[in-house]
Amino acid sequence: MTTLTARPRPFWTLAVVHARFQFVETIRIPIAVLGNLLFPALALLFFVVPQRSVADDPVLATAAVAQLGTFAVMSTCLFSFGVGVSEDRALPFDPFLRTLPAGAGPRLAGRVINGVVWSFFALVPLVLIGWLLTAATITVPRALAAVVMVPVVAVPFLLLGLAIGYRLTSKAAIAVVQATLFPLAFAGGLFLPPEMFPGWLDAISKLLPSRAARDLAVQAVTGDPAYAGALVVILAWTALFAALAVLAYRRDEGRRFH
Amino acid sequence: MSVVSLTHVTRTFGPVVALDDVSLDVDQGELVGLLGPNGAGKTTLLSLVSGLRRPDSGDVRLFGGDPRSAASRIGLGTTPQDTGLPPTLTVGEVVDLVGRHYPAPMPTSEVLARFGLEDLVRRQTGGLSGGQRRRLAVALALVGRPRLVLLDEPTTGLDVEARHVLWQALREYHADGATVVLTSHYLEEIEALADRVVVVGGGRVLADDSLAAVLGLVGLRRVVLTVPASVVLDGLPGAAVVQDGVAAGDGGDVRRTVLASDADAFVRALVRQDVPFRDLEMRGASLEEAFLTLTTRDGEAADRDVVAHPGTDQPASDEPAEEVAR
Repeated sequence: MTTLTARPRPFWTLAVVHARFQFVETIRIPIAVLGNLLFPALALLFFVVPQRSVADDPVLATAAVAQLGTFAVMSTCLFSFGVGVSEDRALPFDPFLRTLPAGAGPRLAGRVINGVVWSFFALVPLVLIGWLLTAATITVPRALAAVVMVPVVAVPFLLLGLAIGYRLTSKAAIAVVQATLFPLAFAGGLFLPPEMFPGWLDAISKLLPSRAARDLAVQAVTGDPAYAGALVVILAWTALFAALAVLAYRRDEGRRFH
Repeated sequence: MSVVSLTHVTRTFGPVVALDDVSLDVDQGELVGLLGPNGAGKTTLLSLVSGLRRPDSGDVRLFGGDPRSAASRIGLGTTPQDTGLPPTLTVGEVVDLVGRHYPAPMPTSEVLARFGLEDLVRRQTGGLSGGQRRRLAVALALVGRPRLVLLDEPTTGLDVEARHVLWQALREYHADGATVVLTSHYLEEIEALADRVVVVGGGRVLADDSLAAVLGLVGLRRVVLTVPASVVLDGLPGAAVVQDGVAAGDGGDVRRTVLASDADAFVRALVRQDVPFRDLEMRGASLEEAFLTLTTRDGEAADRDVVAHPGTDQPASDEPAEEVAR
């Protein structure tokens, strides 16, 4: 029988289809994403640019841009593409999409691709302010390393956002994301540099995905090496969050009862 | 092999039993109407077949496979509820998004032409009228040339003309060899489309038969009349269900509603037996009332034999005495 030989469309074909349509949807209501771009840019403008001891030091200024850039990527991923899922899920179009012949993988991958693309956009204002108003500087190879680093930083937080978004209602998801994002960002050294942390906090910090992401981002742009194990820490969290996201997607039966 | 097969399927939502031990098979090429009042379990049944939900117990098969796996759903087409289109995407984009999930989708222009939407390809779905959105929603079910189409209340909220356009499109698609399962609480819609009708109520299959047979079951008359409280109407020829009366006037009269499978026989019996009735009214019973007879037949068959076989001329003289005593 033909059914037995029929297969769904290839994984990446479907993932790109979903990413493309999500991108189009996002770009037609860009204000949701723009809001996330604003906070890290303002933080750079008001807290880093006036401190000339930091802003005029090429290494410190570049590290500050990388640090806030990590935060920008984290918040874009958790808010727009984590909480966003819980909002989509409440709409009747989402259960319809689930009846199409595509499994959890391509749909989640599509969201991750779209999130990585928007993470790059989130960095544009920071890079511009850093370039124009501070001594931050970067070489071409380091800039390329930073480009590679963006998805490494973005993917774990996207997956965490998806796990939260598929498990919780949108109101609960917003609260959980806020309760996750700010402590993770602070303890990860995204607001205060970890050099100012007491020893115990530094030890905990090194186990967090936010700290690993921050140090890898700083390493990419300044060459200042991350602590040993940073890559392992972020990959382990990525694997854990991926498993949680797939479980949450499979468990989800939509918000509508009949 | 059945296109859809449910075997002893039960699904609950908290305390609500949405489906209660339902078994149902749909074969290739059938056009099945699922008929039932709101909350009967029709939508839950479709959500199990389309892989959105899992049954608590029992087995659901789609083309012989698990509907939760994407490969089983290649031959499946469903429709979003009408409010559920992404408002910023255009009609063409939504059709394209859905089509890209299937190996041999219909070209966008063909899909839109079938439903009279050709001129709207560049319109954002948020800007469509309710009727246009509804037509697009049904069009999306056909984009992938599915061999099974599931439609949940496809024409709710449409005007008569739009409804007929949609019915025609569905008949044509069925004529091409597809299997169609649709739910409705409009008898008219089921009459217009279905060959086989499954009546669902309270999470159970109450009747599963040809259209003509089910129409006979649910084609009831509602007779309202005022009689003295002592008069027993149960068991009269043609009376399917006698509902509790309400007091009328102060002479001990009650106003009773009788759902009659054969209203003519019922009225003739009233006259022949010289029942002192007055203010008799008669009209076609609503579908809800028809469902009530089926539910009653199903639930009380054991102790209400007469009601269980509407239309039999066998008055159960010993049974209604107790009813009067209540």
